[in-house]
Amino acid sequence: MRQRPSFWYAAPAFAFFALFAALPMVLVVLLSFTSWDGLGTPQPNGVDNWARLADDGQARDAVGRTAILMVVSWLVQTPIALLIGVWAAGRQRTRAVLSSIFFLPLLLSTAAIALLWQVMLDPNFGVTQSIGGWLGDVQFLGNPSIVLYTVAFVITWQYVPFHTLLYQGAARAIPQTLYEAATIDGAGRVRQFFHITLPQLRYTVITSSILMIVGSLTTFDTVLILTNGGPGAASRIAPLHMYITGFSGFEMGYASTMAVLLVVVGTGLSLLVMRVTGFRSMTSQQEGA
Amino acid sequence: MKRNWPAGASALVWLVLVVGPLYFMVAASLRGRADYLTSSPLKPPEDPTLDNYRTVLDGGFGGYLFNNVVVTAATVAIVVLLGVPAAYAVARSPSKLVQRGFTLLLAGLAIPAQATIIPVYLLITRLNLYDSLTAIILPTAAFALPVATLVLTNSLRDVPKELYEAQTIDGASAFGVLRYLVLPLARPAIVTVVVYTALNAWNGFLFPLVLTQSQSSRVLTLGLWNFQGQFGTNVPALLAAVTLSVMPIFVVYLIGRRYLLSGLTAGFGK
Repeated sequence: MRQRPSFWYAAPAFAFFALFAALPMVLVVLLSFTSWDGLGTPQPNGVDNWARLADDGQARDAVGRTAILMVVSWLVQTPIALLIGVWAAGRQRTRAVLSSIFFLPLLLSTAAIALLWQVMLDPNFGVTQSIGGWLGDVQFLGNPSIVLYTVAFVITWQYVPFHTLLYQGAARAIPQTLYEAATIDGAGRVRQFFHITLPQLRYTVITSSILMIVGSLTTFDTVLILTNGGPGAASRIAPLHMYITGFSGFEMGYASTMAVLLVVVGTGLSLLVMRVTGFRSMTSQQEGA
Repeated sequence: MKRNWPAGASALVWLVLVVGPLYFMVAASLRGRADYLTSSPLKPPEDPTLDNYRTVLDGGFGGYLFNNVVVTAATVAIVVLLGVPAAYAVARSPSKLVQRGFTLLLAGLAIPAQATIIPVYLLITRLNLYDSLTAIILPTAAFALPVATLVLTNSLRDVPKELYEAQTIDGASAFGVLRYLVLPLARPAIVTVVVYTALNAWNGFLFPLVLTQSQSSRVLTLGLWNFQGQFGTNVPALLAAVTLSVMPIFVVYLIGRRYLLSGLTAGFGK
């Protein structure tokens, strides 16, 4: 037995993870019951933050915007990523070349993407202005009733390649024999897509959807740079509201409460998606009824 | 699969949407300021100039780049040095404690880093590390560890038991097995982990944003954001900075596309 690795081989990794990732997760829950300005010592204040959150109109609006952004970006990203992913799974040369171009946005940092689109959508000197026509008249970032959809578009541009990559990998793993059998049976391409490809990709759809759901509840870097939540608060989604409350408003305790809520909602929605789609009953037969 | 028209058509539209902005970015970065304001963004620059790149390099880009390299290298080093032995232990150790720790580590996959920025800020200030590169490195590495260990463990579990046992019979210690069997066999997984970790560290924005402040500890992503204020309406210079920041990764993409893509979906793909 002595020749097998002991616990100590894993201990440093566990300890490191515990200190800088797991402990913060515990601390954020504790901080949600304190008042802290970021400088002094956090002061316990019971459930004050939670009571305040239940009654906070600004936070409620931010959650509403998050819901819109989540639904819109899921509805836009999923079909695009699915279609292009399945297409890119083909081994033809053109497809290989084109998909290597599709994945280019993956190389750009969030900061690069947000700045690029901000410049392009600038109402005075941007690309939309130069292209002209109706595009030039739309205030993509300045109109409060449009800005959230602009954000959804930029997020789509940023993340579709990642989800495409997931679908491409999964589509390549579908056994060719399924398609051959379907062709012999006379099934057309559309039927094959809906009766073979889509069912075979259902777990990828679920994985990709969960990543999008958790992502829209927690990610705020793109919006921070692109609009900083503006104009007014028109694009201040919940995670950005959390960041601004904590690091600009110095209400770190209250911001922690929002963070906890976002994680709870994200985990809850993910579990709900898995339950509704039967994801778990496949991986674990004992679970659920 | 042969022809697939709806997907082919969307692929074409998507191609324009992807290439358009990137073309605009590079083309505009080669224009003079006046040229940028007057000519169509879609035409190639008539009088290409590298002045914007000079402006960027004179504006502190080198320092940001250096910080980025330090942060990325250190993060990758920590993740590989801790992750490989941990994965070896998870795959081979008889210890129950290791398996339990691994389960906890995997639970970490579900923790969004964004939700922990406040307590991470608390920890880093208490450790007197605020506004240093170390402040960025530690949490970035910690949040990369779950995926890294998972990918490495999966690859080591695929190694047939007999290979480990043969080594042990030959008298190799646990460390010897790690050195002469695990390291070579896990090499593809290590490459994936390196790429995944390096990309996260290179493009990281959140931890630098909340954990650093001064010019001297500013990384590339924050530097870009800072350029926006510094350059004001000098859009070509800003786009030159953005283009420069993408270049290193673009070069890696040209050399090893397969590795880069496998690193991107590490932990999620099959």
